[in-house]
Amino acid sequence: MATSRIQRAVSGLQEWFNYRAAAFGPMYRKHMSEYWAPKNFNLWYYFGSLALLVLVNQIVTGIFLTMHFKPSAADFAPGISQAFASVELTIMRDVEWGWLIRYMHSTGASAFFIVVYLHMFRGLLYGSAQKPRELVWLLGMLIYLVLMAEAFMGYVLPWGQMSFWGAKVIISLFGAIPMVGDSLVEWIMGDYLPADATLNRFFALHVVALPLVLLLLVVLHLAALHEVGSNNPEGIDIKKKKDANGKPLDGIAFHPYYTVKDLFGVGFFLTICAFVIFFEPTVNGWFLEHDNFIAADRLVTPAHIKPVWYYTPYYAMLRVVPDKLFGVLTMFAAIAILFLVPWLDRSPVKSYRYRGWISKVALALFAFSFIWLGKIGAGPGTDPVETIVGRVLTFIYFAFFITMPLWTKSDSTKPVPERVPAHD
Amino acid sequence: MANEGVNHGRRRFLTATTAVVGGAGALAAAVPFIKTWLPSAKAKSAGAPVQQDISKIEVGQMVIAEWRGQPIWIVRRSPEQVAALASLNSRLRDPESKNTDQQPKYAQNLYRSIKEEWLVMIGVCTHLGCSPKFHGEIKPEPFDAEWKGGFFCPCHKSRFDMAGRVFQGVPAPTNLKVPDYHFADDKTLVIGVKPEGAA
Repeated sequence: MATSRIQRAVSGLQEWFNYRAAAFGPMYRKHMSEYWAPKNFNLWYYFGSLALLVLVNQIVTGIFLTMHFKPSAADFAPGISQAFASVELTIMRDVEWGWLIRYMHSTGASAFFIVVYLHMFRGLLYGSAQKPRELVWLLGMLIYLVLMAEAFMGYVLPWGQMSFWGAKVIISLFGAIPMVGDSLVEWIMGDYLPADATLNRFFALHVVALPLVLLLLVVLHLAALHEVGSNNPEGIDIKKKKDANGKPLDGIAFHPYYTVKDLFGVGFFLTICAFVIFFEPTVNGWFLEHDNFIAADRLVTPAHIKPVWYYTPYYAMLRVVPDKLFGVLTMFAAIAILFLVPWLDRSPVKSYRYRGWISKVALALFAFSFIWLGKIGAGPGTDPVETIVGRVLTFIYFAFFITMPLWTKSDSTKPVPERVPAHD
Repeated sequence: MANEGVNHGRRRFLTATTAVVGGAGALAAAVPFIKTWLPSAKAKSAGAPVQQDISKIEVGQMVIAEWRGQPIWIVRRSPEQVAALASLNSRLRDPESKNTDQQPKYAQNLYRSIKEEWLVMIGVCTHLGCSPKFHGEIKPEPFDAEWKGGFFCPCHKSRFDMAGRVFQGVPAPTNLKVPDYHFADDKTLVIGVKPEGAA
């Protein structure tokens, strides 16, 4: 008797919802239980869901940090701003567990870029940007762009030496634009140097405006992906072979199969993150630079100004070009050219597994130049030989993209099977 | 009344005019938001002239004053440093300070100053706004074996001589900027005000 009453209540509630929100059921099926993902995802396919996890971490820890952070460059004590004090004294020392929330947020920022870079490399490796996934790639690149702005503004907030001088250098980049450059710089800073006004607006953008944009872009990125379906390490279009019900023969339901797989990845990933957060949160100056534990001093430039590791490849390009405007252009072009990958890649096959040796060597060279540029950008930059090496690597970086239509088209390929091959 | 007697021309006209007026309104409404980002009245008024006592500065020494939130270098150059300036001309990008944006007319000379001995300069690199380091001694440096004294920017390795003139082959495009200044008397330097009668 009792059971049937409960059953009736449940089904009644279900009916109530279905009548008012009929779209929810189909939406759940489309994106979860009947989203047919290729059955052959490998390790590279963890990084999309991990990026989502880090985004949630950044939002949750970020909300709690705003509860104690003071976005003010006004003096807390002589030479120490309210902002610096609220991070280094209040949050790190006075607030219970504040240090944990802060380190989760700062480690999350670097972790975000690690998973995003791996996610992007996966795209290059398996030709994920190719037709019909151009829009997915473009939206992903926009996310990367907004993420860089978001991370930059977040790094300014503690108002340490690197916050201040990093802000000064990055904002000055816009001064290279002819005619309007100087007034643009003044407009961005709201003063004649990075000051209270700058800190306040960066705070507003960092905690409200850019996260909203980021969330919207992530939703669009996923919507665009689920429209065309996921690529896979073989680059095989699984939608070509379907069973009688229209389910791809090589597809499996995203939920529960990949939710469970991704959860395993989450466990592994969080273990590494926890190690960093608890034992080495600055990663010897790579995640949080040593100079940023010193309060901002607008009259003293730190001996070695360098951005956090995730910008260093572009920063190296800026530094090795001996001309201001051209250096800035090179740096922005290096990011802009990534947007064009779907149209530069003319290969008839997607995955590197079916491409010839030229493509493999080119991709390896590119990855190598990106990493080495990152190393140069993170260094002091005093070695003239390194400057020459940096120029060669910058050339390789651009040559990879500019010549991509040629070698992707002329490179030999292997025939792509119709079904995902079984492993032994 | 479905489609009877629909005046398509009028509809198009009304749609277009509404869109134009609405768009203009949206643009106008954006102006105040954009203008909130300009320096506030308070930030603008913080740019008053400053005075610096220079009677205690030794030969070869640099003192940093602050004006409009920027470091102002005041260097008392030694005769050797002054003498070396002319020998550097061939290695510089703009040895004769032809770029008139970078110094007032009264400082457009070999020394880029009013008095040979005194260098007064905004200590902000013309590349990306870092503050270069003072390397005043005439001795070989790791970044230049023929160093005759000057400034070296730690950010992107731009080099300037003892008159703030930029070397060739570095990212900084122009010489360092000389602010308006004058000597009120032998002991006092005023930054932010040009000498009496100067253009």
